[in-house]
Amino acid sequence: MTTAQPLIQARGLVKRFGSFTAVDAIDVAVRAGEAFGFLGPNGAGKSSTMRMIGCVSPPSGGELRILGMDPVRDGPAIRARLGVCPQLDTLDPELTVRENLVTYARYFGIPRRVARLRAAELLDFVQLSERADSKVEPLSGGMKRRLTIARALVNEPEIVLLDEPTTGLDPQARHLVWERLFQLKQQGVTLVLTTHYMDEAEQLCDRLVVMDGGRIVAEGSPRVLIEQHSTREVVELRFAGESQEPFASKLDQLGERVEVLPDRILLYVPDGDAAVAQVTALGLHPINVLVRRSGLEDVFLHLTGRTLID
Amino acid sequence: MVALVLPRLMDVSAASRRSAAVAERNVSALKSIYWLLLVSGFIEPLLYLFSIGVGVGALVGDLTLSNGAVVSYAAFVAPAMLASSAMTGAFAETTFNFFGKMKYMKLYDGVIATPVQPFEIALGELAWAMLRGSAYSGAFLVVMVVMDLTTAARAAVAFPAAVLVGFTFGAIGMTIATFMRSWQDFDVLASAQFVLFLFSGTFVPAQAYPTLLRWLVEVTPLYRAVHLVRGITVGGGGWTWLLDLGYLLLVLAIGLFIASRRMSRLLYR
Amino acid sequence: MGSEGMTQLAAKWARRGPVRAPALAVLQYHLVGYRRTWRGGVFSSFLLPTLTVLGFGVGVGAFIDQGVDGVSYLEWIVGGLLASTALQVAIAESTWPVYSSLQWTKIYFAQYAAPLRVADIMAGQLAFVLFRVLASAAAFLLVTGVLGALRSPWAVLALPVAVLLGLAVAAPTYAYAATASSDSWLALLFRFAVIPMTLFAGVFFPVESLPVGLRWLAYATPLWHAVDLSRAATLGTAPVWSVTGHLLYLAAWAVGGWLLAHRALRRKLVV
Repeated sequence: MTTAQPLIQARGLVKRFGSFTAVDAIDVAVRAGEAFGFLGPNGAGKSSTMRMIGCVSPPSGGELRILGMDPVRDGPAIRARLGVCPQLDTLDPELTVRENLVTYARYFGIPRRVARLRAAELLDFVQLSERADSKVEPLSGGMKRRLTIARALVNEPEIVLLDEPTTGLDPQARHLVWERLFQLKQQGVTLVLTTHYMDEAEQLCDRLVVMDGGRIVAEGSPRVLIEQHSTREVVELRFAGESQEPFASKLDQLGERVEVLPDRILLYVPDGDAAVAQVTALGLHPINVLVRRSGLEDVFLHLTGRTLID
Repeated sequence: MVALVLPRLMDVSAASRRSAAVAERNVSALKSIYWLLLVSGFIEPLLYLFSIGVGVGALVGDLTLSNGAVVSYAAFVAPAMLASSAMTGAFAETTFNFFGKMKYMKLYDGVIATPVQPFEIALGELAWAMLRGSAYSGAFLVVMVVMDLTTAARAAVAFPAAVLVGFTFGAIGMTIATFMRSWQDFDVLASAQFVLFLFSGTFVPAQAYPTLLRWLVEVTPLYRAVHLVRGITVGGGGWTWLLDLGYLLLVLAIGLFIASRRMSRLLYR
Repeated sequence: MGSEGMTQLAAKWARRGPVRAPALAVLQYHLVGYRRTWRGGVFSSFLLPTLTVLGFGVGVGAFIDQGVDGVSYLEWIVGGLLASTALQVAIAESTWPVYSSLQWTKIYFAQYAAPLRVADIMAGQLAFVLFRVLASAAAFLLVTGVLGALRSPWAVLALPVAVLLGLAVAAPTYAYAATASSDSWLALLFRFAVIPMTLFAGVFFPVESLPVGLRWLAYATPLWHAVDLSRAATLGTAPVWSVTGHLLYLAAWAVGGWLLAHRALRRKLVV
């Protein structure tokens, strides 16, 4: 395989469940060594795409090549070189933390002795060595997540698939996971992840696609996507009253774009502080003002007219 | 049969190694009290043997079989207890535990992300169930020989027969488990199992049943299993054991085929 | 069928408004749940004993020409099967449901957060167990009556005996299930207590044919006392031992079990 060839190549990839189309003809190419993200709200088709890439869900149409092989025919050979961290932890509750890793390594045909060494290294890597002989159940959500990530690395995979790696974790636990994933990236492992967190995508991904309703609506690096689809800064205003609508009409002229959400108004502007001054000059007095940099959340809002997390 | 069950099997050794890894997981899960539960499993058929075979046997006296042979009631009941405990043991592992791992613990969702394939999971779980069941059958046969209910030579032949019975019911159990929707379905399964246990020529010769019931009973897998094992430990019955053998092998093949296909459908969604 | 009436009763109870006695509120909770799941239970607690009567009483009985103690094997066995049905239902209903309420669904903790005492939670659960025991025993009696296997109208007295046995075994089982650290312990209870008791406490053959040591072990089980009473009722004869003795022995199990269960549940809930 030449380095120019993508590790994962999808053309017109489709997944249907009965009459429902979860993934609607997407084209994706993931190159070796990059961190690639699928960004989108729940139900966008991210997990279905990930399961197809993980060779546990046969595509309903289109073409999919992983490591140059066909996922339906060569499933075991491909999976031997993948690491998978599913959306919900599928850890074995009847085994200890260490046994979870050793047992999993055995599924890859790794000799027991090697598996034990590998488990010790990985527990160290995800900072769970002290809990090695504990059962899985009493672990915190963040610990379980880290164990699942360690489990995904047990076969020293070339590609690691992470489906919503930090959903449901507290901020501290999320940062620890990010740190470890960043380290993996530094080691040259190709990361493919889904998320509906903008900050996660911005932190981790070199390149990402924004998915909505089974389709890809935009593609690029986080920086390029923001430049293309949003302004430099955003002013968030909240006014007292039943509805924000009456205030929005007065703000029309202030920004390149105005978005009205149920609880606040977003002004898309090149200079946030200047815009706030203009709002005050208009005699409007919001109860809450926030000036921030544009993010992927704003890109998504612009592309789909909806927020990511309802 | 192999070609039928394992259509895309390229590398038999890799597949059996992966199946073994699935069975190995169960060894790792053997802890403290569960271990005692597992080891003590062999006493249940023995309790039945002593209660029904010996206790009720004292009321029944000797039985005259259809071929004219006269045997003690305990010698008549013992092979049936052996066959039905092979069924019960295989079902316990392949229905209840298997369902729990598949639907409740979602264990296999993690396993299929590795090179292990659904039919290898099925084979691994079945192999584990059989390891457990065979140990019980062996212990029971030893007791039968000690109690003079059969000869050592007959017991030696009955052992592989009991293992086959376990395999067959394991494959049936696994197929059933893939159709289960909730734990409530297990009440129905347990009841069905008990009905089979009561009416498979276990406690009285099938000839004693009304004709219609008798025909119905004679096509059930447990009846064929009891018939096979009894033919070996008690003797008599001529060549009909070949029919039992063929029947059990066929059910085993069909069961494995359906179970691995259903598992692929359920897991590779 | 008897089971039809059973649900109507359950529904009637469930539809009632708030009750004064807290234990009744707990019972009401269990009955509401039972309205959804009684169908599976009918199969195991009603059909299976009936089939056992047919398979053993009629099937094996046909090979016991001389009968037992001057009556046919079928007539001899029904009393014992009635008691063993009560035992099965009582223990099944006080093992997994109790364990699950503490370990899995944690319902007891929610109930204890309401103004209920430990005794109310227990009494409510045990009342439900006894309701299930009574219903199963009544259905069994009906079927065996129709089959002509009951020799005396005194058979009706087998019902209170079944309920007393139910309490005598459910209360200590409750204590055991509340203390169990893994559900394997529950399976072990069945293997080492319930199954041996069912098989050797005089249900299928007279305990007198057991070797002396085992015979006394059988006498020690609560099941044997209920079997002797229940059999005397269905046959219309006097039991082997004194009625008062039997009743006192079963009552002792019930009271002792209650005290143990109360202590066990207290330790779990009041921490």
